[in-house]
Amino acid sequence: MPAFSVSTDPVLEVSNLCVRLGGRQVLQDISFTLNKGSVSALIGENGAGKTTLLRSILGIQPWQKGSIRVLGKTVRGQLSQIGYVPQKIAFDPYLPLRTRDLVALGQTGRHWWQGSDTAAVADALAAVQAESFAEQRVGMLSGGQQQRAVIAHALARRPRLLLLDEPLANLDFASASRLVELLGVLARKQGISVLVTAHDMNPLLPILDHLVYLVGGRAAAGNVAEVVRSDVLNRLYGYPVEVLQHRGRLLILPKNPQQGLEIPCHVHEDLDEHD
Amino acid sequence: MTDPLHLASFLHNSAVQTALWIGALAAILNGSMGIFTVLRQHSFAGHALGDGSSAGGAVAIFLGSAALWGFLGMAWLAALAMGALGLRRARERDLATGVVLGATLGISALFLYLDVSSTQASGATVEVMFGSIFALDPQLLWPTIILVGVAIALIVLLYRPLLLIAANPDLGRAAGLPVRRLELLYLLLLGTAAALSALSIGVILATALLLGPAASALRLTRRPWQSFLYAQGIALTAVLGGIYLAFMSYYWSGGASWPVSFFVVLLILLLYLASAALASRRRAKH
Repeated sequence: MPAFSVSTDPVLEVSNLCVRLGGRQVLQDISFTLNKGSVSALIGENGAGKTTLLRSILGIQPWQKGSIRVLGKTVRGQLSQIGYVPQKIAFDPYLPLRTRDLVALGQTGRHWWQGSDTAAVADALAAVQAESFAEQRVGMLSGGQQQRAVIAHALARRPRLLLLDEPLANLDFASASRLVELLGVLARKQGISVLVTAHDMNPLLPILDHLVYLVGGRAAAGNVAEVVRSDVLNRLYGYPVEVLQHRGRLLILPKNPQQGLEIPCHVHEDLDEHD
Repeated sequence: MTDPLHLASFLHNSAVQTALWIGALAAILNGSMGIFTVLRQHSFAGHALGDGSSAGGAVAIFLGSAALWGFLGMAWLAALAMGALGLRRARERDLATGVVLGATLGISALFLYLDVSSTQASGATVEVMFGSIFALDPQLLWPTIILVGVAIALIVLLYRPLLLIAANPDLGRAAGLPVRRLELLYLLLLGTAAALSALSIGVILATALLLGPAASALRLTRRPWQSFLYAQGIALTAVLGGIYLAFMSYYWSGGASWPVSFFVVLLILLLYLASAALASRRRAKH
């Protein structure tokens, strides 16, 4: 299979999106475009609006202004083109579903008399290397395995766009780097556009084409070099920050240490690891 | 000819025949719906629909109609109310369910009092609370067959989407399923199961038939189809076996048969313990 180069076919176009939730402006004037076969990250702290943005793309969360287009059309009717992996997946241990069954349920628009498309199920299981636990109950799997099962569930409908909400949270280092590698392969080999939300962009840097950096509902979008710059981030945070590079990792710190409270604590942990 | 098991008189008794048919239909529907209920951790809602339907049963008896219609009407009303509230968080849902349950039990307290104080329905309390499967009107058989037939057809037809939203509603939403409408349908089916269970073994014990067989089945198999068949089989065994044991208790106890509900619930417990033992033995082998 030929490797896809990052082409300019827009798979997802978000323009001037504004979402108001319970009287609070959660997203303000968000615009970005995802190309075919690219990996993008939605970076922001808790409450920055990441999940709201994903829910808007899925058509679950209504918005007040702006537009979202998937493959040039409105989201309604395009859901079969989107795979979604929610955050904090933990299936009930008694759920009578093997990994294989969960993956088969991911095929949309099929009825009981149709049976499942076994080729699509096998491809999805192979893509996430879940064959070894395909016959086990999903609720009995480890967290990382359950997540791969849900990714296979999302891939079973052969989507053009894959959305993952905080997939790296609660994963140990080895599982996290394995997942990052998998997402890179899905984008490059299968031409799927991948959009991942995360607190920390660093684990994703090896595969990242595009970044949407959210602070308090406002965003800066572009490639890493375009977004992770002190002048761009100064405007977003509303106070001066500086960008440090340490062994290929990026750290964003306030220039004025008194504003350090607003920096997420994981950045400090990352610093500690390398001290 | 000696017949120590009294099978001939058991099977030729018309009250027993009605009981066996309606009991079997209630068992099949409750076994199936129990799987969804256990998976969704909706046990309290299932219990409340059963208990709450007592108000309908009491009102129906007061009006001189069959208790079944009262059970059904009340269970559906409660299901619609729970669907309209549509509470997402388990805590809110449990609190709202508890408040609605309290209100319906208050109504049933009033109407059971009115039933009992009017002479023609002096057995109403026992009938509603513990069931009266040997005293069912055979004319209820056809409506029950239709109800359960429609319910099972809907479950088979919507089995994949119902299972997916039970596993994780977000995955269902992302697949474009109408999650709210499916949840309302699930609640109406749950109400139907609870009403038939209340009719067979009484409102107080209705939860046992909904949850016990499903919980046992989910210990025994990891395949979705099998879990439904196992739950139906266990529920059928408990209900039909319970009816037979209650019939036989007439001979053991010297002329006073014990309540069916007692035997049904006893069998559900024994089958649950057996499945737990079997599951842990299987796990030890692996």
